[in-house]
Amino acid sequence: MELLADLQLGFGVALTLQNILYCFIGVLLGTLIGVLPGIGPVATIAMLLPATYTLPPVSALIMLAGIYYGAQYGGSTTAILVNIPGESSSVVTCLDGYAMARQGRAGPALAIAALGSFFAGTVSTLMLALFAPPLAEVAFRFGPAEYFSLMVLGLIAAIVLARGSLIKAIAMIILGLLLGIVGADTNTGLFRFTFGLPQLADGIGFVVVAMGLFGFSEIIANLERRAKREIVMARITSLMPTREDFAASWKAVLRGTGIGALLGILPGGGAVLGSFAAYTLEKKIAKDPSRFGKGAIEGVAAPESANNAGAQTSFIPLLTLGIPSNAVMALMVGAMTIHGITPGPQVMSQRPDLFWGMIASMWIGNFLLVILNLPLIGIWVKLLSVPYRLLYPAILLFCCIGVYSLNNSAVDVGLALFFGLLGYLFIKLDCEPAPLLLGFVLGPMMEDNLRRAMLLSRGNPGVFVTRPLSLGLLVVALALLIVVVLPAVRKKREEAFQD
Amino acid sequence: MRIRSPRDFFAGAIFLLFGLCAVLVGRDYPMGTALHMGSGYFPLVLGALLLLLGAGICIKGLVIDGEGLESIGLRPLLLVLLAIGAFAVSVEPIGLVAATVLMTLIGASASPESRWREVVVLTIALLGLSVGVFAYGLGLPFRLFPF
Repeated sequence: MELLADLQLGFGVALTLQNILYCFIGVLLGTLIGVLPGIGPVATIAMLLPATYTLPPVSALIMLAGIYYGAQYGGSTTAILVNIPGESSSVVTCLDGYAMARQGRAGPALAIAALGSFFAGTVSTLMLALFAPPLAEVAFRFGPAEYFSLMVLGLIAAIVLARGSLIKAIAMIILGLLLGIVGADTNTGLFRFTFGLPQLADGIGFVVVAMGLFGFSEIIANLERRAKREIVMARITSLMPTREDFAASWKAVLRGTGIGALLGILPGGGAVLGSFAAYTLEKKIAKDPSRFGKGAIEGVAAPESANNAGAQTSFIPLLTLGIPSNAVMALMVGAMTIHGITPGPQVMSQRPDLFWGMIASMWIGNFLLVILNLPLIGIWVKLLSVPYRLLYPAILLFCCIGVYSLNNSAVDVGLALFFGLLGYLFIKLDCEPAPLLLGFVLGPMMEDNLRRAMLLSRGNPGVFVTRPLSLGLLVVALALLIVVVLPAVRKKREEAFQD
Repeated sequence: MRIRSPRDFFAGAIFLLFGLCAVLVGRDYPMGTALHMGSGYFPLVLGALLLLLGAGICIKGLVIDGEGLESIGLRPLLLVLLAIGAFAVSVEPIGLVAATVLMTLIGASASPESRWREVVVLTIALLGLSVGVFAYGLGLPFRLFPF
């Protein structure tokens, strides 16, 4: 059993005192920002990147990964107790979770959410261990043409999954690709779009873009929205779900895990999509769909399992193909690059300690999260009563310190300011920023692979359709595009993003 | 001509602007051929696409009715941006301590709910964190004081 040996290696790495500590810090921070509305994993990971400079790469990645899936646990707490999604992936949990809380059943809702997430986390950790190695084998057969087609597929998937207008999402991706190639051209050394600024020669830092679009602009928008919204917090009496609760929710947990894990692997996928899809499915197959929105426990169990599963399986494309599938994974690419690791199929063979250590740490992290979230729920509830006026200056400051210390560059802070303004305008104009960030990271990779593919084929663009793997990827991309433009699907898509 | 959907129209205008910029600046870069793509090939294609999309979204905003703009809260917008700017210009010449104080004070005034007593305590706490955790704890190379 090679898998067992690999997992043993992984646990050996993840169970060192130092890595347990960083895993704990990661999931603790993740829970924290998950509970707090107004700051998400993208801004937090970006903020903490410079802090990981001095850590060994394994510890750094273990911690950063913990933030992402930890946020999925924390997000449910806020959704259930105060009807505000702490994370966008917990939006649907509000519907039935808060309804349960108002009926005095906040405890069971929280418990099912945490236990469902733990189950989902365990399953998706296993999936990661099982499916990543064979996928990496496939990835070794990828040439530049396949990589280019894969990125096209990923970007199209991101367009399909973006909220709001399709055409705006396409424009955001193209803008992201363009911003991504600012700086010295890797092939010719020519400085492109640097406007004479030497600081732009290495390109715009992705942390700068992420912090501006997801950190600064969110703060401004939050301050604006802060029209006296009194928080009515539900009381927690008992955490223990009843026998009926378990009976009603275990199937929902299974289905949620399956859907979430599957949708997490897709390029463009992640935690958000899975939670929506899982909720919709539960409502569809329920004997009495009218219970949903009024405190149906399946409506908490399924999406919460799904978002945690999705958060973890979205690491699969990153670790096997080196292609980030969502904004958080785009940041993980950055984190790996900082530590001198090129994401891709070679990670598994060259750095097995890192690969398997990270996977093993996810299971440990999930275990820690159950402890953090169930017995210690009272602490998180207290935290919710900290007013935003005390939180945002701290977030603002840490964002600035984070951006500055990445390159010790004040110009970077100025650039992040620009992206903050841009991000604010995009919020006002209904343009979702996530596709831009994805395009930004993929921009240079896409150009590079396009160039190499064309060189190898002696300038014949037919290479993308004559190589079977590449053709297959493009066909899937095309199918996605056609499906989403069909009027019927379009209407459904709008509905799905409505609630 | 009336703007029917300002959210589309102005979004389109932003894309148009970036596209225009990419094409105008990018046309000086060598295009190369399909076999040996020059530095200008990829950006020019993208710039042109963005121009087209931007124009399309603009026109959509002129033709199809849509939601109006939300009001823009000038106070949080300007003061938050100012706070970030203050950090950027002060952190190198006068050091992290002053930059932290400046940013917290300006930043906190962005919210009408801030109370000055709290802000003083918050500033001291954040000062402790930024110097204690980031400068000493993590050992990031910050200049602390102007002297």
